[in-house]
Amino acid sequence: MNNSVKRLFRSNEPYIFLIIVILGIAVQIRSGQFFTANNIVDLLSALIVPGMFALGEFLALIAGGIDVSFPALASLSAYAVTKLLLDREYQGNVFLAFVIAALIGAVLGALNGLLIGYLNLNAMIVTLGTSSIFQGIMQGTLRANQLAAIPAGMKAFGTTALFRGSNAETGISSMLPMTFLVFVAVCIVMYLLLRYTIFGRGIYAIGGNPASAHAAGFNVRRTKFLMYIMIGIIASLSGICRVCMMQQMHPTNMLGMEMNIIAGVVLGGVSLIGGRGTLTGCILGTFLIVLVENSMILLGIPTTWSNVFVGLVILIGVSVSAYQTMHVRRAKSMNTKEAA
Amino acid sequence: MANSLLKAEHIKISFGNVHALRDVSLEIRPGEIHCLAGENGCGKSTIVKIITGVYQRDGGTIEFAGKEFGKITPIDAINAGIQVIYQDFSLFPNLTVEENLALNTEVASGKKMIHWKKVQEIAREAISKTNFDIDLKAKVEALTVAQKQMVAISRALMYNAKLIIMDEPTTALTKKEVKALFDVILQLKSQGIAILFISHKLDEVFEISDRFTIFRDGKLVATGNTKELDDKKFTFYMTGREFEDKKFEAVHISEKPVLELDGLTMEGAFQDVSFRLHGGEILGITGLLDSGRTELGLAMFGMRRATSGRILRNGEPVVIANPGDAIRHKIGYVPEDRLSEGLFLPRSIGDNIIISEIDKLTRNKIIFDLKKRDAEVAKWVQELEIKTPDPGNASTTLSGGNQQRIVLAKWLACDLDVLILNGPTVGVDIGSKHDIHNILQKLAGNGLAVIIISDDLPEVIQNCSRVLVIRSGRIVKEFQSRDVSEQLIVDAMM
Amino acid sequence: MKKISSVYSKNREVGRLLLIILCWLIFMSLTQAKKFYTMPNFLTMAGQFPEYGVMALGGMLCMITGGIDLSVVGTANFASILCVLLLTRVFGVDGVMPPAFSAVLFLVVILIGILVGSVNAGLVSKLKVPPILATLGMNQFLTGLCIVMTGGAAVSDFPKQYCDLFSQAIGGVLPVRLLVFLAVAFLIWFVLEKTTYGTKLRMYGTSARAAEFAAIDTGKLLRKTYITSSICAGIGGLMMMANYSSVRADYGSNYTMQTILIIVLGGVSPNGGKGRLSGVVTAIVLLKLLESGINRFRSVSTYYVTLIWGVVLILALIMDYMGQRTARDH
Repeated sequence: MNNSVKRLFRSNEPYIFLIIVILGIAVQIRSGQFFTANNIVDLLSALIVPGMFALGEFLALIAGGIDVSFPALASLSAYAVTKLLLDREYQGNVFLAFVIAALIGAVLGALNGLLIGYLNLNAMIVTLGTSSIFQGIMQGTLRANQLAAIPAGMKAFGTTALFRGSNAETGISSMLPMTFLVFVAVCIVMYLLLRYTIFGRGIYAIGGNPASAHAAGFNVRRTKFLMYIMIGIIASLSGICRVCMMQQMHPTNMLGMEMNIIAGVVLGGVSLIGGRGTLTGCILGTFLIVLVENSMILLGIPTTWSNVFVGLVILIGVSVSAYQTMHVRRAKSMNTKEAA
Repeated sequence: MANSLLKAEHIKISFGNVHALRDVSLEIRPGEIHCLAGENGCGKSTIVKIITGVYQRDGGTIEFAGKEFGKITPIDAINAGIQVIYQDFSLFPNLTVEENLALNTEVASGKKMIHWKKVQEIAREAISKTNFDIDLKAKVEALTVAQKQMVAISRALMYNAKLIIMDEPTTALTKKEVKALFDVILQLKSQGIAILFISHKLDEVFEISDRFTIFRDGKLVATGNTKELDDKKFTFYMTGREFEDKKFEAVHISEKPVLELDGLTMEGAFQDVSFRLHGGEILGITGLLDSGRTELGLAMFGMRRATSGRILRNGEPVVIANPGDAIRHKIGYVPEDRLSEGLFLPRSIGDNIIISEIDKLTRNKIIFDLKKRDAEVAKWVQELEIKTPDPGNASTTLSGGNQQRIVLAKWLACDLDVLILNGPTVGVDIGSKHDIHNILQKLAGNGLAVIIISDDLPEVIQNCSRVLVIRSGRIVKEFQSRDVSEQLIVDAMM
Repeated sequence: MKKISSVYSKNREVGRLLLIILCWLIFMSLTQAKKFYTMPNFLTMAGQFPEYGVMALGGMLCMITGGIDLSVVGTANFASILCVLLLTRVFGVDGVMPPAFSAVLFLVVILIGILVGSVNAGLVSKLKVPPILATLGMNQFLTGLCIVMTGGAAVSDFPKQYCDLFSQAIGGVLPVRLLVFLAVAFLIWFVLEKTTYGTKLRMYGTSARAAEFAAIDTGKLLRKTYITSSICAGIGGLMMMANYSSVRADYGSNYTMQTILIIVLGGVSPNGGKGRLSGVVTAIVLLKLLESGINRFRSVSTYYVTLIWGVVLILALIMDYMGQRTARDH
């Protein structure tokens, strides 16, 4: 018992959680609007898309890789699906959109997987390149423009409330769209996959020591290949959610999100060298970034300052956690010596 | 003849034009501890890789447990009962002990899902075989080297191993841990498991093994009972040369001390260390792995900061806050871990030699003078007899002994007064070890003050004029090496 | 013979890029000779590539250390916006700027570079923050400050003599921006190849730990490197300001990826320790030729440029991979 408590506090999650709570209380004191139903609902709904992207990035980082292509990948497949369904004047429900998007995402992710898994090329550079390619296909080949209307099924999915939260004082109410269910579903699938399948443990094993993973009988190449396919699928689903929620398709407004997503995941304690980090940490870190981005108004800070604060949170957050690991390592080297 | 577990005969293998093994044989009996020795590059790791199916042999026969081995894969070798424990242990640092123990079995079973209860069962069973007491939920990266090794051994035992191969298992262990490891090995032996113990440490070979085999240059030079072996023969078989160990006598000792430590303390590492070092002396500092000896070395070089106390150079107190300060005060440090700390492995030999004095090799303080650089490189390659066709080659192309000479050259090029060496001959083969000792003795003869931090007691006694023993961060004893024995030092260390 | 092969192996990246350039030039001469091979077209190209080219040169140094500088674009915009604020403060919105005042602007850029670069280097060397995160946070922070200073809108009211000065071509053939680029490239080549800095940088990139044990002042080395990168970024910002006749917080946002692409294409290893100026300069020229060439085809969307960059980058990686495999087989 004592041991597991100690272990918990050696990780990042409790600290991130603490920061989130403190920030929440600060906002509450300042505006009285933080712990209101509509604000919580707003925050959760703002977490959906970044949260799903973060889950994909989490996989890549755990395996010791990185992915900067997911915004372009998501934009491309979401655009292709929306355009296809519009052209066919498809009237059915959203399910088909998710299926096609997943297929496209799998194909695009397979390209990353092939280059990173089978050719063993540098993940950062590969995804940088495929990001350019995906963007080029979308804007060059498909000549993507903003689509102001979206298929009926997607529209319905984005406007149907899972539940509503309203603020008794201000009378403002917000709704949590059905897309939240997709996010929750992906979270659950990821948890089960990483915890209870040999494939999921293989991702951790590869991130910890690729040579040993190979020796232990994991098919390292295939695992990485499949993993990048999954990242592609998750990113594509997220892209569709975004379109549903925005009620329009804007080809470029997801681009550039990759860096904040990576920062969020790393803030949550996921290591860039691979193998280390938890799903909880990943979501908490992402939530922290979303929280900072969305709480400016409530804190009475003009929204123009939001980037400054996000930047500061990243700088301070990563500095503190880097400093912490440095000290833990030093203390640990002393400990092992005492034990020896 | 039926009484052999492994019988490899007339094994040949070549890579390109290099004949890595030319007709070697190795025979291991059931339940024996067999030591395989040889210098770096003699082919001992190659034969391990052939036995375990990593490499395919070009010729020869292998028989294991009465069965002929044809072309085998690593999986075949594991299934037949052969397990290797490599120096890096092949563990997953980011996973828990129980998962490390069970993951291989779970993957091999071909299942798609993991059952955590099963994992726990497997792990418990695994550690019960060696009576190994450990927190199964701990992450492997938080363990000591010895604990990691035990995890690796426990894992190996789960495959009904008949033969366990250990690749230099004692390298990073303390004396106590080595003892514990030997107990485990003896216990395995009593269970009828044969051990192939790869080592080039004399004393260990004598202590633990029943029989031995020695390779040199891809050939078998000797095999037999360890009882029939002695120091002299062992060294001769390993190197093909005979050495006369020259005992160091300090002759040109400087009048005043060049380096003085006055109550130097680093919280949690060492306390109140004081000594005086004269030019021309070789001072040995010895102690257990956890005694604070490495931190003391690092503090004198500015890699770690002492919390209190003074360092004096030629009687003047100096501040050494970083390695740059150390060099300015003419102090150099040859680190413990040559591969990651001492060398830029993929870079050229030349760059490695001049890197620390690079700012002196300029014209007008700005332009990097390549002529001066090349002359300097040539000078040190010749001076230290670094065996290379071209100093532009990467350092990886050299053997451990020659690599260590590069590190020495780097510091000598800086024109030092004090040279600190931490484990100067760890992982260096006997021949080069001898040469490095000669170089150090010569340097001290020319007036350099040398400090050797080492737990290789024969090395310390042979090469040092004085020996300080450090225990739990304190200097507990000082010996004049002409009237000291290994036993006296060991008693002080423990 | 040995010398020739060693020269080739040292310059393999450059050779490969030159080959691609040659193929492309031949292709262009067969299809679009009249539109492509014109003096104005070459002048335009020479005026355009320096702005991201100069950023790539600085970023290259960071990547040789095994790090990365993702704050170049933020620094560029920060520098240009501060310069505009300074210009309007001193000369008024539509005042006249004497040419000599550009020296002051360069000074501002250098000061900003020192400030931003020191913080980046401090985070990396003292706190051991991974460079990708340190510079990412810095970029976010600087971009944020830019938005605060401008309210997020473009600012185009400032003395335009500045833009004229930076957009002219000396004698009609040598654009000022190209001249600045060449000067920066020369300086970087000089420190990298002619001083001990280059050797230390590559050694550090090979093994940061061994560099510390070799008594290289790693803190100072990183400070120099990140400051140079930030100054280069600032100069890039000055060029953007002249090119667009305005400044804005999100100008050149795709330059982050573009500069990294150039650096890697130029043969700099993202793991550090390896990289030469010639490769990066060739990559800069190649990308501009590709972009400009594609723009000559009216039927082809300009967005294909992005696609082609991606393909070229992946191809370069695969060629490297093949090259290494054959090298190992021999």
